[in-house]
Amino acid sequence: MELLSGADMIARFLKDEGVERIYGYPGGAALHIYDALFRQDSVQHILVRHEQAATHAADGYARASGKPGVVLVTSGPGATNAVTGIATAYMDSIPMVVLCGQVASHLIGEDAFQETDIVGVTRPVVKHSFSIRHPSEIPEVLKKAFYLASTGRPGPVVVDIPKDMTAPTERYEYVYPKKVKIRSYNPVTRGHSGQIKKAVDMMLKARRPVFYTGGGIVTGRASEALTDLVHRLGFPITTTLMGIGGYPQGDQQSLGWLGMHGSYEANMAMHHADLIVAIGARFDDRVTNNTSKFCPTAKIVHVDIDPSSISKTVRADVPIVGAAGSVIDEMISLVQDREASNAEALGEWWKSIEGWRAEREGKLYEPSKPGEALKPQEVIEAVYRATRGEAFVTTDVGQHQMFAAQYYKFAKPNRFITSGGLGTMGFGFPAAMGIKLSYPQDDVVCFTGEGSFQMMMQELSTCKQFDVGVKIVNLNNQSLGMVRQWQDLNYKSRHAHSYMESLPDFAKLIEAYGFTAIKVTTFDELEPALERAFADTNELVFLDIYVDPFEHVYPMQVPLGSMRDMLLSKTERT
Amino acid sequence: MRHIISILLENEPGALSRVVGLFSQRNFNIETLNVAPTEDPSLSRLTVTTVGDDRVIEQITKHLNKLIDVVKLVDLTEGNHIERELMLVKVKALGAARDEVKRTADIFRAQIVDVTPSVYTVQITGDAGKLDAFVQAMAPIGILEVARTGVSGIARGDKLLSL
Repeated sequence: MELLSGADMIARFLKDEGVERIYGYPGGAALHIYDALFRQDSVQHILVRHEQAATHAADGYARASGKPGVVLVTSGPGATNAVTGIATAYMDSIPMVVLCGQVASHLIGEDAFQETDIVGVTRPVVKHSFSIRHPSEIPEVLKKAFYLASTGRPGPVVVDIPKDMTAPTERYEYVYPKKVKIRSYNPVTRGHSGQIKKAVDMMLKARRPVFYTGGGIVTGRASEALTDLVHRLGFPITTTLMGIGGYPQGDQQSLGWLGMHGSYEANMAMHHADLIVAIGARFDDRVTNNTSKFCPTAKIVHVDIDPSSISKTVRADVPIVGAAGSVIDEMISLVQDREASNAEALGEWWKSIEGWRAEREGKLYEPSKPGEALKPQEVIEAVYRATRGEAFVTTDVGQHQMFAAQYYKFAKPNRFITSGGLGTMGFGFPAAMGIKLSYPQDDVVCFTGEGSFQMMMQELSTCKQFDVGVKIVNLNNQSLGMVRQWQDLNYKSRHAHSYMESLPDFAKLIEAYGFTAIKVTTFDELEPALERAFADTNELVFLDIYVDPFEHVYPMQVPLGSMRDMLLSKTERT
Repeated sequence: MRHIISILLENEPGALSRVVGLFSQRNFNIETLNVAPTEDPSLSRLTVTTVGDDRVIEQITKHLNKLIDVVKLVDLTEGNHIERELMLVKVKALGAARDEVKRTADIFRAQIVDVTPSVYTVQITGDAGKLDAFVQAMAPIGILEVARTGVSGIARGDKLLSL
């Protein structure tokens, strides 16, 4: 029998759980835990420069690897700083375990120094949370936290740990719990066979079907099965922003992604479809536009692991609660021995889709001419070429995020890493850091803007300490581009606080940390700069690329319209 | 439509706040809320009455089920059920009103459980409609204070809400 203090139990548990790396920041209430970490070498601790970055780094790692990211912060401000990152993970269903120090039990409720009710503060943005009440329960509670975070519909779990629970003088028996059971938590895996059969019957008869798939394909590791199913049926497929890479974007059947800034053909296909097969997607407002005008002629099959996602905003005709992979496998086995009766109609449907593809060809942006400012879109395309489409790509939030999603073509899941649900500026750089630490051989590119980057740029210091070689591509349009775009469209170009006066000299800033920065202002400078930037995959390089501040993201759905109501350029709408 | 949802909840610190928080977070309505331990010390039973169309009620039950601390729940209004609420009412009981309060209490099968020279405290149980009617009947006489427990309920017959 092994007796350990609560703090040592935490360190040991992380090792036994197979956690290689955690991200955090010390402080009073977490010091026993930090001391335990100091006395072991199985789990690496990455010291960030702000707790929000710890959560984003853990989140980035989780999205790339599919395993839960782990964060350790202290009580009070340490924990509250982590809230944005927890909410980011919650909105995108990312597995994460956040260990928060807390003031000693006898002080709780007395407004003690650095006390915050973090379980209360985070309640609406966690999958679940725990408060440790006795050191002996630490192994089981941690196991439950990891189990909850990573199964079913994943999400962040907060564990609040009062300082006296980790005191070095109190030792209890430690046994790693291999399994844990929670009586009220039994996530469904298999879908209802009758419902799946009904869905397949509809699929085989549909005349204008379209697959609409989301992050559930990526989380559920179902992209191979999905690709197989879609190929067998010959249907078009569109993904959500979160589902990008769940189906190879270069494939002929891929219509790209859909929604507010989705592709013209994806939105048109959805609007005209007679059957929508939604898998692991949640019909959110950035996809559906006005739900009362949403896809008027379509029947809807909706597969999701979370029953509350089904019929939340759009009524499903055939609801199927189940894990994407298992349901798709069952669909494949049903499709295998059945004859489709819709080959001719499908041919017609593809003709319409090819028509839409041809219509938008070359409409969405004009490459820059010599002497003109670079277009952000062509920068993304150049980075795509420079990385052969194989990089991990993180983004911040705004125009550059949409351009990255539109012009970097993803062939694989877990490669496009973006804050889709919460839309957290500042996410991209620390997320890239978390990925690079675990995937040192790969190129990790963070597309950002000068607005977003300045929200988390203190992490340059972390990159210096741990030698993290991410590539930061700053699409510098000297303004908050997306805000400015909305002000152009809706506020007669009154640019209230969407400009960035007093921008730092980014090159000097980056150089102050001992890294390389390259400023790019013309097309001719772009390719050589990229070549230099990607020469050594382990070197942090910051590309400060000046782009056209007047560029807008198109297509753009017209507010309150249907899926097909889109602006295609500054002068043209559907 | 009004629904009565009964929930078996883990008897854990903070469990109730997750339920209540869910309603405010998702803009759902709580009309009444009643919670107490059950014969199994690890479980509380919570009964909430809420108003909403089918879509809203479906979302409420699905989201409640998603809470880790919710072990089981039932929408009692989907079947035959018994609904009860207890109310204590303090009314002015002076002069002729003293008799009138007693008579009305008898009609409603309520009991007077506390007496002072000027005040009667009446205890009444029943469904929410009966309690509302009693409040209405007493209003002209002069209600001083009302304490209601909120609805509690149970399914009729063999149907059980248990583990």
